Amino acid sequence: MEDEIASLGAVIGAVWAGGKSMTATSGPGFSLMQENLGYACMTETPCVIVNVQRSGPSTGQATKAAQGDVLQARWGTHGDHEMIALSPHSVQETFDIMIDAFNLSEKYRNPVIILLDGEIGHIREKIVFPDPDSIEVIPRNIAAGNADPFGGERIPPMIEFGMNQQVHVTGSTHKPDGMRDVSTMEVHDTLIRRIYDKIDSGREDIIKYEEHFTDDFDYLIISYGATARPTMGAVLSLREQGIKIGFLRYITIWPFANRITKSLCARAKKVFVPEMNLGQLSREIQRFTDKEVVSISKIGGVCHTIAEIEEAVVSNI
Amino acid sequence: MNIRFSGFGGQGVILSGVILGYAALLDGKNAIQTQSYGSSARGGACKCDVIISDTDIHELEPSQIDILISFSQPAYDKFSHSLKAGGQLFVDSDLVQSHKHTAETYAIPATDIAFKEMSNKIIANIVMLGCLSAHTKLISAESMEKSVRRYVPDKFTETNIKAFRRGMELAS
Repeated sequence: MEDEIASLGAVIGAVWAGGKSMTATSGPGFSLMQENLGYACMTETPCVIVNVQRSGPSTGQATKAAQGDVLQARWGTHGDHEMIALSPHSVQETFDIMIDAFNLSEKYRNPVIILLDGEIGHIREKIVFPDPDSIEVIPRNIAAGNADPFGGERIPPMIEFGMNQQVHVTGSTHKPDGMRDVSTMEVHDTLIRRIYDKIDSGREDIIKYEEHFTDDFDYLIISYGATARPTMGAVLSLREQGIKIGFLRYITIWPFANRITKSLCARAKKVFVPEMNLGQLSREIQRFTDKEVVSISKIGGVCHTIAEIEEAVVSNI
Repeated sequence: MNIRFSGFGGQGVILSGVILGYAALLDGKNAIQTQSYGSSARGGACKCDVIISDTDIHELEPSQIDILISFSQPAYDKFSHSLKAGGQLFVDSDLVQSHKHTAETYAIPATDIAFKEMSNKIIANIVMLGCLSAHTKLISAESMEKSVRRYVPDKFTETNIKAFRRGMELAS
């Protein structure tokens, strides 16, 4: 393809022709994809976009790692919408999560973003492939008869090109049958609230996270993606030194895991958030707690070391 | 255990790390391999890091190197500071002539042996892996050979195995 705008356009076309489709990029390419990411949300096209986050803005430090696109993944395309974004912390989890991503995209008829980072994206490590027969694959929900492809149900079934039915797919505001209507307030309100609600009401199903040492803790540390690796190392070392620290690792970044965040933060004296950015997700976490949230930010292309995280915690308690 | 292979792009630096990392998995250990990207991978001082551990690996990039392998003077000059005191250093004796380090040092003419005995200097890295394997006993020779067989092109398998065993002899 000539560029990343076109790549995601081709992905969306492939899905409407009946395929499962994905694309992958990093940094600047993800910025170019924002236009068609909105188109995929509005046309409710199930697809997967991998963004291997690298230092930005612009071409930044090409090939060097970052976690700077966390908020862009949520809000990068214009207009009200919800987004699903997942952030794996190992090669094994990247493999496993790709399956989840396709399944979630079909189930919710929404694009799903894999927020990888240059650290995990570049390493080779051990991976065990599951038996293909053991993998659950959620098939596309195809309309039987003349069901509306853009309304009626919260997550309507799809019609695909070549099914001998007329289907109109547009990024403009449309009625349940797919025909454009950009001037009736109620049509827009109903469509956008439904697209929003289908993800929001699926939170409990979509959101995945891991808790460590949260039975008994004074301090809480939260991280995701590559940063979660040295964070785990730091947590083990701090606990060995007698500092009671719990660890929450987000696997799903969006929709945000607000319920678990709220309940664990409420039990902590202080919350620490190491990220390879200037505090993007720590700001989201702060919205759900009145406790102090300390951002342990690092930029420049290299992930935190265990020692850096340990020092940041020790000097702040 | 943190191991860093270094040299010019094209000397098999990255493949060496991949072979060692996979062999570690065959031995039931955990391993992570990372490497230089962009212009340095194609020339200059290129590196490939392997972390090997019996438990989970929490740090993705090694902060200190236990074993450094250098195939070129610029690579040695660039990375020798990362090698810890009391570590181990392996160099190609013809290509890295100036090396002074407190590390236990093994200098072998890997490229010369590969060229003269196997008519192919490109497999110097495998000679070096043999020497590394015999000296450090990090990974079993059996797993190393299995990994070599997996990663080198089929028609060069036997030459590479010969190179690996020749490297092991050099250590004795």
